[in-house]
Amino acid sequence: MIGVSPASWSSRLIHHPLAQLILARVRDFFREPEALFWVYGFPLLIALALGTAFRERPIEHLTIDTVGDVESGLVASLSTNPQLELHKGIDANESEQRLRTGKSCLLIIQNGSGPPVLRTDPNRPESALAMALVEAALMRSVVPDDKQPLIQRQEVQGARYVDFLIPGLIGMNLMGGGLWGVGYVTVDMRARKLLKRLVATPMSRVHFLLSLCLSRLLFNSIEIALLVMFSWIVFGVSIQGSLFALLVAILVGGATFQAIGLLVASRANTYEAVNGLMNLVMLPMYILSGVFFSSERFPDAMQGIISFLPLTALNKALRMIMNDGSGFLAVLPSLGILLLWMVVSFVLATRLFRWR
Amino acid sequence: MELAISCRNLCKTYPGKPPVFAVKNLNLEVRSGSCFGLLGPNGAGKTTTLEILEGIITPDSGDVQVLGRSWLTDAKWLRSRIGIALQETKLSERQTVGETVTLFRSFYDRGMSPEEAIALVSLEGKTHARLSNLSGGQKQRVALACSLVGDPDLLFLDEPTTGLDPQSRRQVWDIARSLIDRGKTILLTTHYMDEAEQLCTQVAVVDHGATIATGSPRDLIRAHGGDHRIEAQFSGVAPQLDAFLALPGAVTARVEADQVWCGTESPHATLPALLKLLEVQGCTLIGLGTRAATLEDVFVNLTGRHLREESMR
Repeated sequence: MIGVSPASWSSRLIHHPLAQLILARVRDFFREPEALFWVYGFPLLIALALGTAFRERPIEHLTIDTVGDVESGLVASLSTNPQLELHKGIDANESEQRLRTGKSCLLIIQNGSGPPVLRTDPNRPESALAMALVEAALMRSVVPDDKQPLIQRQEVQGARYVDFLIPGLIGMNLMGGGLWGVGYVTVDMRARKLLKRLVATPMSRVHFLLSLCLSRLLFNSIEIALLVMFSWIVFGVSIQGSLFALLVAILVGGATFQAIGLLVASRANTYEAVNGLMNLVMLPMYILSGVFFSSERFPDAMQGIISFLPLTALNKALRMIMNDGSGFLAVLPSLGILLLWMVVSFVLATRLFRWR
Repeated sequence: MELAISCRNLCKTYPGKPPVFAVKNLNLEVRSGSCFGLLGPNGAGKTTTLEILEGIITPDSGDVQVLGRSWLTDAKWLRSRIGIALQETKLSERQTVGETVTLFRSFYDRGMSPEEAIALVSLEGKTHARLSNLSGGQKQRVALACSLVGDPDLLFLDEPTTGLDPQSRRQVWDIARSLIDRGKTILLTTHYMDEAEQLCTQVAVVDHGATIATGSPRDLIRAHGGDHRIEAQFSGVAPQLDAFLALPGAVTARVEADQVWCGTESPHATLPALLKLLEVQGCTLIGLGTRAATLEDVFVNLTGRHLREESMR
């Protein structure tokens, strides 16, 4: 028994009401396999599906047909480009047919000693690309060797779609986790009359709210660690910036959405009501806040509002840290927006919160 | 006589159109160490009264003293001294019995061990079972264990056996009796009259938000129609009510078309006279029975309605 027998330090800790409340949340969470899938499995599946679907494909081969005796220098120059596939000495009628049906994207016609004719359909992107490559080859063949431009290739880190996607998924999960994990769980307890039963005991209400937030923080941490490791192993997504800044952003973002979740749940006492409110809050941010594509694609007139949304601010901070290598100071403005949302939501929630 | 609960002129109105006067000038006194029953149909104001006494809702007006203290000044102390089993609390299904009771134990500075509380409700064998695997009666006993684990002086049980099978009801009654033996005070609400007669030393009948009768079950039954009931069905034109009331020993009577209920202290005197009356009136007797009066009869006598009418729909 606590307080009577000289209980050990660890026993006192485990029997502390806050520890017991967190344990209850943890057990509730890990003993529901379906929820575990949605929280832990689903984000990985999204990352895998979208990361694979939108990965940079190797540039496809461009087929060029030549008709007549095309100058050997040009042919040699074109042959060195592995992207191009030359079909030489095709019959004129057949080559027209091939161009029309898209089997080739450019036709080089050499009539006697006149200038070569390049025939193509400028509306097809691969034709335009082939045209540019042929023109470049022509240019190179007349420029002396010592004047040839030097071409340098640079691998840009954090520029792929999957690099863009992963911070967005982290932001989305923090939003979903905060709102569902705190908001829905609270309403569920209220609907089951459990909230009423708990506040009829000497339980501290601060302990109760803390247990909701801390347990959710734990679940979110596991979820983000899994997602980051998965995307690193499968797609080579790495964290360019400060790990400390990333942890702070995750902490602040998570707490902000937990506060919003608490506000959403402050009055609702039916599942329908809280579902509606959750969607009202989350759906605009799913679309506007740049989870799957950049929020900058929306019209300029909307950017002011969009940039002030908590998920936009969080995603921006996460991308700055993970993709652009930013440090703590650079993301302070975004964290400021989050803190404002957190404080306002929390204060409102404590004013409005109904314990019955 | 020490009072565990006393409240005077308690009022609570829920806003709405029209407003619901849940409790209107309700008075109540519960002695320490007794088991007190709050009886009444659904919607009579029992749960509202209980939740005011439990400190869950605040009354609009009225004076409430629980264990000699007020919720306005000693809420924290009071919460640690009372135990509550709410009507239909759904505890988490994914926790075990032991985990649930241990959680509730952590909220109290003093109390019994979770094992003790679980033993009190005879669920030792289910300590490691999840609530999802328990029957309704077993879940209700877990709720009882949670209300006991802080070793409270006063227990509030809101319809503790509603929806339970007869065997589970008797188990809950046994637990309640053992608690009274341990010197606890219990305030329970019920719309089962047999439950009140089994457990309660004192009852208050509540209707439309006010107490309409208070006393021990026996006293109430005696005062409101006598210990016995005679019920007769007949065909023909029923005699006047006054004729039944004038029968020797008759205390109350109620006539409804072709039936009569007659409350009496001395059925041996009333019964022959009643048969004679019907015969003189030219009525043919179809059915006849006598039984011991119950609190149900008290309620019908007081309000002209059956207690369960509303709850049974």
